[in-house]
Amino acid sequence: MSPGQSAWARATLALTLLANDPTRLRGMVIRARSGPVRDVFVEAIVKHLGPVRKLHPAMSRDALLGGLDFAQTLATGQLTRSSGLLDGGGTVLLSMAERCPPDMAALIAARMDADPALTLVLLDEGAEADETAPPALKERVAFHVSLDGIGRLEARPMPAQRRNPSVEATASSSRKTDPAITDLTKLAARLGIDTLRPPQFALATARQHGALNGRATPKEDDIRVATELVLAPRATQLPMPEEPEPSAPEEQSDPNPNTQSETLPDDMLIDAVKAVLPEGMLDTMAAGAAPRAKGSGAGQKKRGNRRGRPIPSRPGRLDGTSRLDLVATLRAAAPWQTLRGKSETGPIRVYPSDIHLKRFEEKSDRLIIFAVDASGSAALTRLGEAKGAVELLLARAYASRDHVALIAFRGEDAQLLLPPTRSLVQTKRRLAALPGGGGTPLAHGLKAATELAERAQAQGLSPMLAVLTDGRANIALDGGANRERARDDARTMARWIAALGMPSFVLDLGTRPQPDLAKLAAEMRGTYLPLPRATAERMSDTLGTAMDHGLGA
Amino acid sequence: MTTAFPFSAIVGQDDMKRAMILTAIDPKLGGVLVFGDRGTGKSTAVRALAALLPEITAVKGCPVNSEHPKEVPDWAGIETKETVSRATPVVDLPLGVTEDRVTGALDIERALTRGEKAFQPGLLAQANRGYLYIDEVNLLEDHIVDLLLDVAQSGENVVEREGLSIRHPARFVLVGSGNPEEGELRPQLLDRFGLSVEVRSPDDIEERIEVIKRRDAFETNPRNFLRRFRPKDKEIRDRILQARENLAGIETKKPVLKDCAQLCVTLGADGLRGELTLLRAGRALAAYQGDTALSRDHLRAVAPIALSHRLRRDPLDEAGSATRVARTVDEVLG
Repeated sequence: MSPGQSAWARATLALTLLANDPTRLRGMVIRARSGPVRDVFVEAIVKHLGPVRKLHPAMSRDALLGGLDFAQTLATGQLTRSSGLLDGGGTVLLSMAERCPPDMAALIAARMDADPALTLVLLDEGAEADETAPPALKERVAFHVSLDGIGRLEARPMPAQRRNPSVEATASSSRKTDPAITDLTKLAARLGIDTLRPPQFALATARQHGALNGRATPKEDDIRVATELVLAPRATQLPMPEEPEPSAPEEQSDPNPNTQSETLPDDMLIDAVKAVLPEGMLDTMAAGAAPRAKGSGAGQKKRGNRRGRPIPSRPGRLDGTSRLDLVATLRAAAPWQTLRGKSETGPIRVYPSDIHLKRFEEKSDRLIIFAVDASGSAALTRLGEAKGAVELLLARAYASRDHVALIAFRGEDAQLLLPPTRSLVQTKRRLAALPGGGGTPLAHGLKAATELAERAQAQGLSPMLAVLTDGRANIALDGGANRERARDDARTMARWIAALGMPSFVLDLGTRPQPDLAKLAAEMRGTYLPLPRATAERMSDTLGTAMDHGLGA
Repeated sequence: MTTAFPFSAIVGQDDMKRAMILTAIDPKLGGVLVFGDRGTGKSTAVRALAALLPEITAVKGCPVNSEHPKEVPDWAGIETKETVSRATPVVDLPLGVTEDRVTGALDIERALTRGEKAFQPGLLAQANRGYLYIDEVNLLEDHIVDLLLDVAQSGENVVEREGLSIRHPARFVLVGSGNPEEGELRPQLLDRFGLSVEVRSPDDIEERIEVIKRRDAFETNPRNFLRRFRPKDKEIRDRILQARENLAGIETKKPVLKDCAQLCVTLGADGLRGELTLLRAGRALAAYQGDTALSRDHLRAVAPIALSHRLRRDPLDEAGSATRVARTVDEVLG
């Protein structure tokens, strides 16, 4: 089977299992761009999981959880509630799940916990690795399926599989000392899966797969399937091949000899994991930098403009995106009641012109991007102090509840050490681990910062940039060590930053002020802060004041 | 609503369980904050606690669960003097909740149909004399947080809006849970929680396996599972009730008070709430363990959960505050 075919087979198997045990498996994440392959799969979902209610990330709370039905209420004069899309169980499909804001995710998660009959399908269209569905939701569904790399012709429509009526019975008849529990829990731990929901999902998957194949207790094959479908996509590390088995003696003293024979050689399962992991993933793991699902908490994707203070309401039209200010509406309607012929006991007559809408004043959050020069020349001079200054600024950012992001550039490229977050602890850790040495790819650093700023702006944050460098750019964008070109590239990036119109600061770490850096700052339309022989405190104070000043307007 | 997982069946997480039992013994402790990774049983524990709590007596139909008929607010319009026994209210405060829903607001139905200005009580009223549970408390919107702070402080909910002027008691135990990676909690709100616990996934494989086994047994046959753990749950409930009675009789000698103060001074905890909570938590623990006097051992046991979130936050301190507390406890108490 080609890789595409086997990926499709896995995806359809996951769907079959889900359709047979939705209350335990709870749902799936489908990571794929929209396209014919996904369409075929979504069709299959509708066929297998029954009628599907669609959600999108911009839905209001009322639509999700139900609320007042204003039109009906006003028309009949009786309080009418509309039911929410999350009510009443069944399958809901959240499209563009990667754009789902954390508060909506938390709402859906709470509904999932309260209502076992609710099945959730997430369509994750994230283009980049850090764009994913909210972890709180991914955590709560069994299967993570990727449809990438599946050709249109490989995506065959699934045959509608009848539910096997005897399945439910067999699935719940086994139990007690199920060796699969031990196997799957251990394996999850070895794959670096911290939370305890995945092993439960894996267990349910193994049992369901067994039941579909007429087995009362899950066998080798079922456990392999569970590993592939549930555990592998969540793995954050590959276990060491020669790991000493601390629990081995206990297993030998197991009173039930049957368990021993059922226990799988772990290596086989690990191979199963390897087989389904995308190749790039193995590389990052090998490099010791496993992408930790934990690290990219939903907080960083927090949309700005989510807090609002109410301001006086205005007459307007209900268009589905705004909220009715009922009291203001009634107040507007009140003086006209006699004219409109309201009888003593009849309902209040409200005309569309009375409708007042609630308004909120919104303010977006600030994101401070630190681009820190960690090159050899800077390291020699003042990397330590720069780190200290960044730490002090972080403390300040914490106090004003700003988001921060950290980019380091050294050697031949720039690295996003910390995506935008409010978690100070993480920032501290990453910063402490920042190594120094290598060339000064200033242009790379600026480019990474600008890209990040653009993304942040799209999410509604107001970015600002603080560049800490000694200014001796010597690596050009194409990676060549050429001072001339390096400087030109840095200039180009600077103009891009100016075009974005975000406030920026260039902090000169050199022992004496660099005219080049002053020019660069001017090109960015930012502030140049030369700091010869400064301590961390002074740097932080100067930059801090400049920042507050720059944003005070 | 599904059946709650039994409290006594929760594997490990002793700090969290202890903190919850302590607030059940002494509601004045001011609630629990549970911070930790996903899938560590935070919400499970809160729901389990709800099922474990003893019942309260309340006036029938009273929106704020008043104990005596004379405490029933006028606006409720309740004539009956009959009291009923009901489960301790555990009210969920969902994210994205509106201010109206929290504080209560104009009763829209009555306003529309009868043109009357009437008050419809909100979640704060429902939670009076019980628990208010906020999941993902760190994602709560700021204006709701402000509102909660105010009410938690005064024990009274005051509504002055839309032509209404209403006040009613709102004394509740705040229970919050959240994942610190998704955002931090404002220090003001942090301080309002009496106890704070950090939970993490168990590292021990056997413990993990036991968690999965129990969860599986619960899901397969909840009735059997509940029956299995009912005696243990009852034992805890009885001990809580017993401890509530003993609480007043716990002796607090002067040297222990001094220890308390010394601990807080050394740690540099802001305000006096730290000492008070430490003392209360210590006494509750003493009562739970059936002791008659507060001792250093009790203080040592509760100091991390009572103080770790009150330290002046040093954003640049790498070590967690729990370690700092433990260190200081060792220094001060020897």
